[in-house]
Amino acid sequence: MLKINCPFCGPRTEDEFTCGGQSHIARPVTPAEVSDQQWADYLYQRINPKGVHYERWRHTFGCRQWFNVARDTVSHEIYAVYQMGEPKPSITEKGV
Amino acid sequence: MEKYSAFSLLKNTLTGHKHWPKSWRNAELKSAYDVVIIGGGGHGLATAYNLAKNHGITNVAVLEKGWIGGGNTGRNTAVSRSNYFYPESTRFYEHSLKLYEQMNDELNYNVMFSQVGIINLALDRHEMDIFRRWSTSIQLQGVDSELLTPEQIAEEVSILNMGAKTRYKIHGGFIQRRGGVSRHDAVAWAYARAADNLGVDIIQNCEVTGFDIVDGGIRGVKTSLGKIRTDKVGMTVAGHSSVVAAMAGIDLPIISMCLQAMVSEPVKPCLNRIVMSPKVGCYLSQSDRGEMVIGGGADSYTSYGQRGNLPTTESVLGAVTELFPTLSRMKLMRQWGGIVDIAPDASPIVSKTPVTGFYISTGWGTGGYKAIPAGGDTLAYTIANDKPHPLVEPFSLDRFAKGRLVDEGAAAGVAH
Repeated sequence: MLKINCPFCGPRTEDEFTCGGQSHIARPVTPAEVSDQQWADYLYQRINPKGVHYERWRHTFGCRQWFNVARDTVSHEIYAVYQMGEPKPSITEKGV
Repeated sequence: MEKYSAFSLLKNTLTGHKHWPKSWRNAELKSAYDVVIIGGGGHGLATAYNLAKNHGITNVAVLEKGWIGGGNTGRNTAVSRSNYFYPESTRFYEHSLKLYEQMNDELNYNVMFSQVGIINLALDRHEMDIFRRWSTSIQLQGVDSELLTPEQIAEEVSILNMGAKTRYKIHGGFIQRRGGVSRHDAVAWAYARAADNLGVDIIQNCEVTGFDIVDGGIRGVKTSLGKIRTDKVGMTVAGHSSVVAAMAGIDLPIISMCLQAMVSEPVKPCLNRIVMSPKVGCYLSQSDRGEMVIGGGADSYTSYGQRGNLPTTESVLGAVTELFPTLSRMKLMRQWGGIVDIAPDASPIVSKTPVTGFYISTGWGTGGYKAIPAGGDTLAYTIANDKPHPLVEPFSLDRFAKGRLVDEGAAAGVAH
């Protein structure tokens, strides 16, 4: 069970939240002009790291707000919680 | 290889079981192979076996980081079925189910495949409507499937809660009678023994650390036991597909997630079918030893930790006790997790890649076990001929850019 520190509500248990997958994915600015491969990369390609992962979470059964989490995909340790729109914090690969 | 038979059993019984031959050699890693398979699970071993048997390629190594069958092959719930929705999937999984039906004879090994039948339960009217469409689609493809009324379901599964006061009333369902369970270790061992007998080297405790790639083609594999020269590599590493493919410079549309399963304490036989509910997200069967083997959906976030998180365990067990209240006071004996490789359309990827000589079998997600024999057959064909086997043409890596997805999220969803 993860304890996630919602930036709006404080620490709550994992089952109040929904994971929205990889964060910081940029939609192509001009969709009509990109190739099929670039569009497929945007839709389907995911980094899927073994180690630190930057992902979106939503406090579904609380404030319903989205925010970002930097989490280790092996130990599940949460290194940082930060707002949507903020840049990725740099995380040293501890415990990975 | 000494053939297993009633005679060999008798002979070895009389000599006190002291002279059974080893099932496979402890092979020494050579410096060059025609084909190197990465991953000694069911898929990797079946691929090596098929390369040797169907394509005459016997100078093959199977590299396994741990021990063979110790990854997802030993962590699943051992269900085989072919009740998928789209023709592409049904064709493939039906081929696999037929190979399971012949596996004992083909590999001279008892994999204990028992076709007890798999029942999907519809818990509301709309689900029943979808099941009629789903079951009819299976029948149209020439595969067995029967719709069941609630009365027929009550007859098939006596411990199911059919009372009037259930939270989810059972509206019916459908059964694939040829679906079944087998012994998963035996499947890995059977393929290992048969492949070894044809000359394949099985190398355990050997981790791949990188590739030699020259002019866009594979020239060798770097491992913890040294370098190997080879022009062809097959990757069958399930949850670690993204990690290994990245060493070859290939990005995959794969997400790794934890899928858990659990077994109860053993009890006398009371459940003789595999029962599954997509709606509440659980399925179970009773093993030969009497344990209830329970599974559900994957955990809800990316993970390489082979544990499984508590909320998912709770939700799966809640669903089981709702459908089978009589099981509610049983104790769990074990709970475990395996890391599954999920593609955006919940269908596999068996394909050539942009790197010449690098072939991948991934995206098996929550259903890799049932695909072992056909996955091995088709990947071996793809490697030997450098072109996709007809059964896996729809499952190529470039289908995402082409938009030709095989969206099996529903059929692949819960039962594995």
